Amino acid sequence: MEKAIEALNLTKYYDSFLAVDGVSFEVKTGEVFGFLGPNGAGKTTTIRMLTGILKPTKGEVRILGYDMLSEREKIKARERMGIVPEMANPYVDLTAMQNLRLMGELCGMSRREIEKRSAELLKTFDLYEKKDVKVRGFSKGMRQRLIIAMAMIADPELYFLDEPTSGLDVMSARLIKDVIREEKKAGKTIFMTTHNMADANELCERIGIIRRGKLIAIDTPEKLKQLVKGRVSVEVSFEPMKFDSSILSSALKVETMGDKVKIYTNDPDATVKELVRYAERENLRIVSLRTLSPSLEDVFIELVGGKND
Amino acid sequence: MIDQLKRSFAIAKKDMLIFYLKGPVVIMGLIFPFFLFLAFLIGRNLSGEQLFVGLTAMTAFFTSTAVGPTIIPWECRGRTFERLITAPVSLTTVLLGDLQASFYFGLAVTFVIALPAALYLAVSPGLAVFLTATFLAILVFSAMTILFSSYPPTDVPADVMMLTSLVKFSLLFISGIFVPLEHLSPYGRAVSYVSPLTYYVDALRHSFGSGYLPLWADFGMLALFGIVFFLVGVAVHRRVLEKRFT
Repeated sequence: MEKAIEALNLTKYYDSFLAVDGVSFEVKTGEVFGFLGPNGAGKTTTIRMLTGILKPTKGEVRILGYDMLSEREKIKARERMGIVPEMANPYVDLTAMQNLRLMGELCGMSRREIEKRSAELLKTFDLYEKKDVKVRGFSKGMRQRLIIAMAMIADPELYFLDEPTSGLDVMSARLIKDVIREEKKAGKTIFMTTHNMADANELCERIGIIRRGKLIAIDTPEKLKQLVKGRVSVEVSFEPMKFDSSILSSALKVETMGDKVKIYTNDPDATVKELVRYAERENLRIVSLRTLSPSLEDVFIELVGGKND
Repeated sequence: MIDQLKRSFAIAKKDMLIFYLKGPVVIMGLIFPFFLFLAFLIGRNLSGEQLFVGLTAMTAFFTSTAVGPTIIPWECRGRTFERLITAPVSLTTVLLGDLQASFYFGLAVTFVIALPAALYLAVSPGLAVFLTATFLAILVFSAMTILFSSYPPTDVPADVMMLTSLVKFSLLFISGIFVPLEHLSPYGRAVSYVSPLTYYVDALRHSFGSGYLPLWADFGMLALFGIVFFLVGVAVHRRVLEKRFT
């Protein structure tokens, strides 16, 4: 399978500060690749080097076969890419339609193509009714949907999405995730950064985790989860809620979470049996009881140490 | 090349829709030169030709430098700039679009002011010289805004406007509008040659048959200033681009 993104030994210094340290990876055509890391880890710097906004201090970037360090090739690559920068805004003094028209013109599309594609995208993102309204009056979710629509105007084959669902309402986030799935089905390649582990788990086929500028893990979500030992947990809720952690000999760690208790264990079978015996002895009703395998969030916390960089 | 030119026009259209009616543009581009012209006019016994040259030069200079310097700081502040430069356009194309926005604004306002003024003052400049000089000068002043917007790489439009105003006023007073070149001391004249506005004012006087420098020198210097402003502006923008994101 062809490579859509090739990053080789990407390094970026801001004066003497090393922001990205020798990052190398490849993303195959048609793949959804998630790029995770705590705040300040180097995600945005990496995405900016991949999209040609920042020049790496060292290293190479090839996007769809184009050398992103060459000005001419960079523009050719961008004609086939859709980019959603972190915290980007549409032009608030323009209407949704004018924003799309501008992006279409910048991509070299004909007027007719722009009108047709804009109408399709505005309908997809549930913005058609507001097409002639200035973006100043749009909510954050509507603006983000428009930004993604702008990135999609020329029907690109590769997307760079920097935090596409960050801070959005449930419906907007869901709509954007549905669009990402549809684009994946259509064979598009997607490189996305996110803080939302559930989104990454749900959408990405492979995930890279960056910490302090270094790529510390890269694999499929399920294989990454296997890296975390001792993170199987049992979650239980009683009625009335009463719990004494000293009754559990099999527990590694106990966390109280609202009206539930989460018990980390190496032996879920023994833990479940202890909990059932405890409930019978204390005459408690078991409202819910479930065993949980390690989540991507557990993997992330384990690998990055639970702190921002 | 033609494709990038078309795309730069798309950027210019965007600038026209967004920035022409911004408060600081209206103040610095329209209201300010009007009051400056009143200051130039009141209490002086000037001929119609002198008034026309002063009015046209000030209008062209202030209107064509009103929009350009603040576009990129505004874009950075509104978080639209990264979106713009990740489009399939080069930085030069983006700057060429901004230059066009300044040029069209300067051109439209200058002609809207100059034509009725010529009728009212009953003056008739040589049309070929007047038009060539005005087109060229507005292009040069627009290119100057590319340089103005390049440094410092700020997202505060007021910072750029302050610095720009400082330079513009200095140029205005040394450019032979208030005191014609031939009446300046040799030292004053030498200083005036660093301003592109000097050559425009002189070319406008030529349109009435009374310039001081040779006309070819006025046009040549304007062209030279335009090329230097644009190329240096692009180079500085390229150099500081990363600072806008860090």
